[in-house]
Amino acid sequence: MNRILKYISILSLPIFILLIFFLALERENQYTTKNLVGKKIQDFELKSLNQENFINQESLIGNNYTLINFWASWCAPCREENSALIKIKNQLGLKILGINFKDKKNHAKNFLKDYGNPYYTIGIDKDGTTSVNFGVFGIPESILIDKNFIILKKFIGPIEEEDFMEIKNIINK
Amino acid sequence: MLSNIGNLLIFFTVVTSLLVIFKSSKLILSSANSISKNIYQLSILQSTFSIMSFVVLVIGFVISDFSLITVFQNSHTTKPLIYKISGTWGNHEGSLLLWINVLTIFSYLFLVFSKKFNNEFRLGTIITQNFLLLGFLAFLLFNSNPFSYIFPVPLEGLGLNPILQDPALAIHPPLLYVGFVGSSIYFSAAISSLFTNFGGKQFALSIKPWVIISWVFQTLGILVGSIWAYYELGWGGFWFWDPVENASLMPWFVMTALMHSLIVLEKRGTLYNWVVIMCLTTFTLTVTGTFLVRSGILNSVHTFANDPSRGLFILMFLSVMILFSIITFLKKFKLQNYLIETQSKETLILLNNWIMIFFLATILIGTVYPIFTEVLINSKISVGPPFYNTILIPVVIPILFLMAVAPRVGWIKAKFSISYYSLLVVLFALLINFLIQKAFKSYSWYSNLIIISSIFLIIYTLIDLFRGNFKKDLNNRLSRIISHLGFGLLIFFIGINHTLTIEKDFNLKVGETKNFLNYQIKFKSLDLEEKKNYKAVVGNFEILNKMKKKSEKLTPEIRIYDRPETITYEASIKSNISHDLYLTMSNIQRTEFYNIKFQEKPFMIWIWVSVILIALGGITKVFRNESNT
Repeated sequence: MNRILKYISILSLPIFILLIFFLALERENQYTTKNLVGKKIQDFELKSLNQENFINQESLIGNNYTLINFWASWCAPCREENSALIKIKNQLGLKILGINFKDKKNHAKNFLKDYGNPYYTIGIDKDGTTSVNFGVFGIPESILIDKNFIILKKFIGPIEEEDFMEIKNIINK
Repeated sequence: MLSNIGNLLIFFTVVTSLLVIFKSSKLILSSANSISKNIYQLSILQSTFSIMSFVVLVIGFVISDFSLITVFQNSHTTKPLIYKISGTWGNHEGSLLLWINVLTIFSYLFLVFSKKFNNEFRLGTIITQNFLLLGFLAFLLFNSNPFSYIFPVPLEGLGLNPILQDPALAIHPPLLYVGFVGSSIYFSAAISSLFTNFGGKQFALSIKPWVIISWVFQTLGILVGSIWAYYELGWGGFWFWDPVENASLMPWFVMTALMHSLIVLEKRGTLYNWVVIMCLTTFTLTVTGTFLVRSGILNSVHTFANDPSRGLFILMFLSVMILFSIITFLKKFKLQNYLIETQSKETLILLNNWIMIFFLATILIGTVYPIFTEVLINSKISVGPPFYNTILIPVVIPILFLMAVAPRVGWIKAKFSISYYSLLVVLFALLINFLIQKAFKSYSWYSNLIIISSIFLIIYTLIDLFRGNFKKDLNNRLSRIISHLGFGLLIFFIGINHTLTIEKDFNLKVGETKNFLNYQIKFKSLDLEEKKNYKAVVGNFEILNKMKKKSEKLTPEIRIYDRPETITYEASIKSNISHDLYLTMSNIQRTEFYNIKFQEKPFMIWIWVSVILIALGGITKVFRNESNT
């Protein structure tokens, strides 16, 4: 009996770990956009970059569509993307919520000063948790949501000319 | 054609493997007192078949035979020859075949070089080794066959990921695989030793060279990977705590622990059970690492495509290995009397082992934690450098002191005391640290502690070199001195490098100049170059150090590869003995500006040299062992 107990106690940890590995294999790879599209965004609350207040879902109320863009001053493609975002803001009148990912406040502000500010409001995601909850796994990424906060489309990498057209088609439907 | 030859050779390898197991088992059962020639012949035949199958695959890559799926997916006719060849092991299937090659070659070498040990133990090792081999061969044949045929034959291949088209990456996997697969020998030896009751000093001697060889290759493999990350990934860092890097570091810690506890087993005949656990753990961790990397359950910069069926196979193999090892160990476990005095070298070596296990546990937890949270509470997290740095760095300080003092403590029964001599070395280390900080005008108490303790180790080890009868017993100490000195220097230079790196990020267009600190950076011109497999935008920069009145030309590149279509940013690096100048540029679309990242990284080259020294210690040990026998 003692011997069996000894075996069980020693084997239980490796078996538990192996079991977790097996379960991990079974899981769907969640890093695909198709899982996110059609779902409602998760609740969030972030400190604002330019003001003292917090921004959350309430900041999105009243927008027919919102583009949530995840960016950082240290990210080179974000620089490329900036002008496209400004074009979206100016030509489509789309509200863009910026989520500043793992960045320094003054770096982010300098970035906007240098390249222009396409966002109507910006939240600071200092440790990146909120962005990860949004399903982000690289910077830049963007999510287009409707007035019910349902995700319509996810863009991985910088927004480009074709994406501009696609966004235009979606919001003009 | 190549597909058939390749498959046939793999089939022959399987057959010889089965024959080796059959013949060896028969010999053990008949209690024969020598190993028949047959087994040697089969073993060399097995190595020959597997090497030939690998050569066939290399030929497939060289002549761009796209009827092989692996070649089609990972090569292209316009690729330079060297990368066609290195492309053979730059993908999952080919690297598995390389792994199998190392496994068969090591089995044969073990058979040849272990003649003075017990035959039953040797045969047991070979049998276990062949079971492992069969597992990997089954994986290759049923899941990841590099000789799979594709019809109709495509005219052109998809190309190799450009960041893998690199000389360092050509030698990085083979080095690591020798390290990884080398650890299979002492896994098999440990299993065999449990079954054949072959323990004690003889067991330690039988596996010692293999532990050291795999450790040396593992060290060098990690080094080359780091150098590659340093110049290729374009961030100026060389270690990112990426899951794949962790997978190579985890076995390294156990190998290091094992190497030290083996000394105790050899000299004092104790710690046998612990040594066996270490032997089993090393290879288990190697396979665990392989599983984590290749199943795709962790995201990483490494490019093995994700395939759950692959993961499932390795995981089943791993499960069998772990459960079999633990059950065998528990069944054969014999309680040993540990007569170890608290104040002795044995205690300090055990302390070293526990610190290594602490490092291992930290990295293992950091690496698999995201998997656990995702499965158990459905939350995605990533564990990054802050976690590792916070937990590991404080423990580096005691290990540095331990590495300095422990070698001078006597076996069996010693007396610990704080000598004036040690205090003097500490004072001297403090002084050097003070001068360094004074000269560079930078201060952080944390890195100061690291630098002081590493200087302590360096001085202590250097004194050790000239201690006692210099010529007579230097031979015994030399390898340890070189490795410990290398480690002291490594931590010292990392500390200095970390504290004193200068980094500047700015935007420039052609013709502009940027001034900061002592530097003036001039963006002189842009060139367009057309190479065989990519186009490059080359920036010509002049970096002027105003204080030293010395200028350097740096030429970072933006490369546009067409197959597969990828843009890579190539850093331009000027190394000299005091520092590296590191420059990368990236384009900002729709503007004339380029984003420039400049770094001055002190003593970079010495970080690499220190790691080479660590490995060199191991190499001298192998040769010394050889010349002694």
